[in-house]
Amino acid sequence: MASIELLGLIKEYGKTRAVHGIDLKIEDGEFVVFVGPSGCGKSTTLRMIAGLEDISGGKLLIGDEVVNQREPKQRNIAMVFQNYAIYPHMTVGQNIGFGLYTSKLSKAEKQQRIAETGKILGLEKLLDRRPAALSGGQRQRVAIGRAMVRDPVAFLFDEPLSNLDAQLRSQMRMEIKSLHRRLGTTIVYVTHDQVEAMTMADKIVVMRDGHILQVGTPTDLYENPQDVFTARFIGSPSMNMIGGSVAGGALHIEGAQIEALPLPAHQGEVLVGIRPHDLVVTEQTGGAGLSATGTVEAVEPLGAETLVHVTVGNTPVIATAPGRVVPAIGSTLAIRAEPGSLYLFDAKTETALGRA
Amino acid sequence: MTATTSTTELAANRRDIRPGRIIAWTLLLIGGFIMITPLLYMFSTSLKTSAQVYDLKLIPVAPTLDNYFKVLNDGRFMQWFFNSTFIALTVTASNVFFDSLVGYTLAKFQFRGRYFIFLAILSTLMIPTEMLVIPWYLMSSQLGWLNSYWGIMFPGMMTAFGTFLMKQFFEGVPNDFLEAARVDGLNEFTIWWKIAMPMVVPAISALAIFTFLGNWTAFFWPLIVTTSKELYTLPVGISSFSAEASIQWELIMTGAAIGTIPTLLVFLVLQRYIVRGVMLAGLKG
Repeated sequence: MASIELLGLIKEYGKTRAVHGIDLKIEDGEFVVFVGPSGCGKSTTLRMIAGLEDISGGKLLIGDEVVNQREPKQRNIAMVFQNYAIYPHMTVGQNIGFGLYTSKLSKAEKQQRIAETGKILGLEKLLDRRPAALSGGQRQRVAIGRAMVRDPVAFLFDEPLSNLDAQLRSQMRMEIKSLHRRLGTTIVYVTHDQVEAMTMADKIVVMRDGHILQVGTPTDLYENPQDVFTARFIGSPSMNMIGGSVAGGALHIEGAQIEALPLPAHQGEVLVGIRPHDLVVTEQTGGAGLSATGTVEAVEPLGAETLVHVTVGNTPVIATAPGRVVPAIGSTLAIRAEPGSLYLFDAKTETALGRA
Repeated sequence: MTATTSTTELAANRRDIRPGRIIAWTLLLIGGFIMITPLLYMFSTSLKTSAQVYDLKLIPVAPTLDNYFKVLNDGRFMQWFFNSTFIALTVTASNVFFDSLVGYTLAKFQFRGRYFIFLAILSTLMIPTEMLVIPWYLMSSQLGWLNSYWGIMFPGMMTAFGTFLMKQFFEGVPNDFLEAARVDGLNEFTIWWKIAMPMVVPAISALAIFTFLGNWTAFFWPLIVTTSKELYTLPVGISSFSAEASIQWELIMTGAAIGTIPTLLVFLVLQRYIVRGVMLAGLKG
């Protein structure tokens, strides 16, 4: 096991800079998830850590050693790919054992490792099968097995669950998480799915356009997003953003009433973020916090709750109602958010100003 | 339910006997007949005596295996058979190895001049063999390769077509497989041999079959580069039956019939790969 440190890490393709000098410390045994939209540089960063991409600038440390110039095999890391990358011409056992191809272990020791890994991953009865005879989840387990068998200092996962269906993805999330708990090995995991990031990570790294926007625990990022992008990216459904202004110590939002809200010191245009779960359909109007009335544009009954799409002023927002409540489309209803559930952002810089 | 099924079957049958289909089948039958007739005459003639050769009946009046005994007891024929086998197998192995290696490099590595090299290799396909024979001969003569196995084999040890074919196939191998092996600590040669090659088995089979057949039936260059009868390949040796006192068609046809056996075997064993390989080559190309 080892820590991983990125010091001003840069990646350039010709004149285009894909990763802009990022700094990050991944502690020994930590489960870190890089999350962001396509093209944000998260996979490129992971591939630089793996040694599959040359580093254009900065330093990469694994343990306490700079490994910029080292080949992938010299870094003692293991990687699991989105497409599993398990070899179709080999059996499950051979695939898992392939991780030990360059190892100096005896044949018997290798067999023992393969059997142990197979057992941990529930593949012991499938060791003689070819990948074509496996389900998606089993294939992914084989890929993880090949990574595990070497006992690497860190695991790198590049969107490993993207090809699985929703149910299997949820199951594999928990399996990977419990594997991490069991092995205690450092994991760097790349995904564009914020649910994966929230459910698995000890620490989330939000990336955009080759920059790190924010690093923190899932709760940190959910509760204290530093900018509009992170606020909207983390949490599902995305945080509502409504334009407003702060003047004379009061917040004004078109189509909404604000009462008794302590505001951060700021004057001018703001974006007000409210998570859909904090914006609830109510019969009570007025009172402390934000309240508004709006027209129902669409409803999404999810069973436990109903997502209600409402227009406040000219801004469409999503509010929540109890599962049994399914408002009629076109009807008018009241929504409200309690004090403390509003996130204020500077409208120009899109950086956080604080909660209200 | 039964009524529905029979209606469906009828409709399917009606589709099967469309005029276009009839024309296609007729053309295929004519083509097949044209192709198989010489083969049938070859086997038929090999079972005739020299007196019956010009009797064009397909089924010999008094079939005999004498020609086969005569040809197989001729030590030169067995030597030619060995020469052809050795040359075809060596050139095939060489093509599979080198064409794949170069194709893989061109498909999977980014380096300056990659396209130029690929185009240069492809451009050699535009030059007909007849134009190359003279420089090959001069080169062989100056290097002392005339009348040697190497002299016969060297022009075909690596081919532009094979390189092109393999490059196209290797481009279809996902990089993730190769990168996974890189992370697992394999060197580039082992990645090619252990990971990439098994993934293009259909292409390798197609290349191996085309190369083997091409070299087994090669006539022009082996005829030019060899003067010693011991080094003749089978087609050159068989043709020498006609160069002696008279043309011994029954022996020529017997030699040719024996010569087709390895190619038929290769085809029968590997035909599914040939079809798959040709189909995939079409898709990729």
